[in-house]
Amino acid sequence: MSHANEFSSFFPAVFALLLAPLLLGVINRTKAAFGGRCGPPLLQPYYDLRKLLGKGAVYSRTTSWVFRAGPIVALAATVAAVLLVPFGPCGAPLHFAGDLVLFAYLFGLARFFTVAAALDTGSAFEGMGASREVFFSALAEPALLLGLVAVAKATIGGAGGFELTGLHQHVSGALWLDAGLVLLFVAVALFLVLLAECSRIPVDDPNTHLELTMIHEVMVLDHGGPDLAYIVYGAALKLWLLSALVVSVVVPRAPHPWLDLGVSLASVFGLAVVIGVVESSMARLRLTRVPQLLVGAAVLAVLALVLESHT
Amino acid sequence: MPASITEFILIVVMLTNLALLGMGRLRSSIRLVAIQGMVLGALPLLVSTHGLTWPLLVIAAGSFGLKGLAFPWWLTRTLRATNAQREASPVVGPSASTALGALLIVFSFWIGARFQLPPGVPLVSRLAMPVAVATLLSGLFVIVTRRQALMQVLGYLVLENGIFVFGLALAHEEPLLVEMGILLDVFVAVFVMGIAVFHIAREFDHIDVQKLSELRD
Repeated sequence: MSHANEFSSFFPAVFALLLAPLLLGVINRTKAAFGGRCGPPLLQPYYDLRKLLGKGAVYSRTTSWVFRAGPIVALAATVAAVLLVPFGPCGAPLHFAGDLVLFAYLFGLARFFTVAAALDTGSAFEGMGASREVFFSALAEPALLLGLVAVAKATIGGAGGFELTGLHQHVSGALWLDAGLVLLFVAVALFLVLLAECSRIPVDDPNTHLELTMIHEVMVLDHGGPDLAYIVYGAALKLWLLSALVVSVVVPRAPHPWLDLGVSLASVFGLAVVIGVVESSMARLRLTRVPQLLVGAAVLAVLALVLESHT
Repeated sequence: MPASITEFILIVVMLTNLALLGMGRLRSSIRLVAIQGMVLGALPLLVSTHGLTWPLLVIAAGSFGLKGLAFPWWLTRTLRATNAQREASPVVGPSASTALGALLIVFSFWIGARFQLPPGVPLVSRLAMPVAVATLLSGLFVIVTRRQALMQVLGYLVLENGIFVFGLALAHEEPLLVEMGILLDVFVAVFVMGIAVFHIAREFDHIDVQKLSELRD
């Protein structure tokens, strides 16, 4: 909170809204570098979004309003979540006790409408993707919530309410010495949640074109034009938010606000490179192994919470 | 500083327990138990109150050598003689086992805080009791739910590691004779079990204990 007055509290939201697609560009460039290609331009996701927004949309006659509402509600929920996440030296535009629960369930709302839209098409493949998405996110949710609660207890002792901004401002080098293992476990758990929620490689392959193995991508097959743009942009925002969350747990606050901002930006893009490296160096897990990974993440979060409460 | 190293070791023990519960491949499971044994071997040196003494070094070297090197080597050899590579169909699957492992940990922290300890005995670490109970229970859980005979041997070893931590947590330094006696017992047990597994595998082409109920003479 110390530097909050120097920066407008809308900075985190502006950064997220402007820079989120760049994160996708960085991941793609990293993967291209591993594959020995030079890859698409860093700004390619922006060009794609502009192209999609310029197109018209086609709707099947079997779909209802649910199908059209899906991408819009999902994007709206994600943008609402943007308002809750602090970044670098600035607190979030909106913060109150217990906002981390709202944060988790705004993603839940977005997912519910994406899934409902997928089921609305009546396609068998989309139904399959929807059931997988729901199953995996049900396993990822405890890891996310328990992990955040563990950090909240470590930072503000649960006294200031479970508030993302308060949690974020209290991560310091001293805390790492004091409760380093708790932070480490939560960081690993949140990173696994990020990979699962943003449909990245050990869980889902964002580039796959085989419907049988897809999870997230198969649910949005029938969307086109501006709707697809909303979905792609929403996914980029989600990636940015979860990366910012992981970074805010791992990276201690720097003493100077500008330095803090620079370090936070660098670490978010560094995390994108790490995701690119994970995607290039790992194969996708068998679908039956994915729950094990997510249960592992939840167990790490539980362990962190127990260790923290036991102190 | 030794206190935080002790805690680190105890947490590594906890993590190996969890990993063992989620593990399917027998060879990796053996490796995990080897890591647990090696890490535990260093524990007596750290918790001692009178610095390094010869009996202490003998205990540490003995448990490091036996649990970290000799048993894994012997079990890997036995594994090569059988044609089992993985725990194919455990009674409780890997994901459910890991989730239950988390419950076991919560339970052991709860029960660990409720032990009526003899007054005046300082605990080695606040984590020692919970980790001892969690390790004990994880070992027991592996013995009960796994069907490969080799996994049950590993469960027995983990159970013994739990008792080892329990003893260290209370006694700081166990008498050399007692510790050597326990190590000798475990050594003989694992040796005999290894031979038994080997013979079962040669006789029946598998080491699935579920099917052993059909044995007749």
